[in-house]
Amino acid sequence: MEVESLAVLGEPQRRAVYEHVAAAAAPVSRDDVAEALGIGRNLAAHHLDRLAEAGLLETSFAQRSGPRAGRPSKLYRRAPHELSVSLPPRGYRVLAEVFADAVEEAGAEPALYAAARKQGSRLAGEGGTEEVLRRLGYEPYADGDVWRLRNCPFDGVARTHPGVVCGANLALLEGALGPRVRIDPRPDGCCVVVDRD
Amino acid sequence: MTSHLAQLNVGRMIAAKDDPRVAGFYGDLDRINAIADASPGFVWRLVDDSGADATSLRPFGPDVLVNLSVWESLDALREFAFRSPHLDVLRRRREWFEPFGDVYAVLWWVPAGHIPTTVEAGERLDLLRRAGATAGAFTFRDPFPAPVTAG
Repeated sequence: MEVESLAVLGEPQRRAVYEHVAAAAAPVSRDDVAEALGIGRNLAAHHLDRLAEAGLLETSFAQRSGPRAGRPSKLYRRAPHELSVSLPPRGYRVLAEVFADAVEEAGAEPALYAAARKQGSRLAGEGGTEEVLRRLGYEPYADGDVWRLRNCPFDGVARTHPGVVCGANLALLEGALGPRVRIDPRPDGCCVVVDRD
Repeated sequence: MTSHLAQLNVGRMIAAKDDPRVAGFYGDLDRINAIADASPGFVWRLVDDSGADATSLRPFGPDVLVNLSVWESLDALREFAFRSPHLDVLRRRREWFEPFGDVYAVLWWVPAGHIPTTVEAGERLDLLRRAGATAGAFTFRDPFPAPVTAG
């Protein structure tokens, strides 16, 4: 039950642990979390394991080097699957796939990209690039001269309709941030990069 | 026996090869094909007598371009198609290609080592159009696993 998974986030300290792991560029250890949040290692482990049991985090093991070599260290990262709770039930994803099918079949990509550009300029609001990207759910991080985007807010429908959805996504960001955006896909995350100011 | 994944996609160009409206597509083709050829899991793609690409071949009509290739796995093809600079070509395809209805691409499994013909590929596209996604002709959206064979 998704509500039960989300309920484990109700505890503020555990939510802080989740947010720290979700924001990290690479899987993190119990020690990393304990240090970052200024809590004990056992408490960090307790929160991490509760989050993993709830399916919000996934775990892996990394071989240590140094004095404790040989004992694998448990690492945590955000689980890739989506959790959503909508009351009353809503199914925008189904409708998004239907729209994407229709756009592809009719060849209406130019109209879609124009609409996305307009929507982007409406959504941009106040603030600098990083703030706007964060507010829109892209989870930006600086990488040399560009912002890379750790999260694709449209991931589900981007997988079923990559051409039109990534195109609409690029147009939306163009509307929000101007022409300094381009497609540069990586194995994970959003396919767009943004030149830094 | 190992299976490989064959893919066909077709598109009707909005203009002839020497028309400036499609120069952006043709100008980028060598780069994109080189990325495909160097991608992990790439096995083969159809080329014409030029040896570079298949743009002079018209098995499905005078203005219909054909892209026929073989990959080691669905994931290998997906990585190239959607997680490489090819994605940007896909995003922009309406600048160069007319809408082709709802069935313009098909996937099917072949025994490793088999090189599909355009006739075979056309039959798979027809099968998908007729029967929807089945083990013999399917799509990224409704994929089927590689057949399990003894030995």
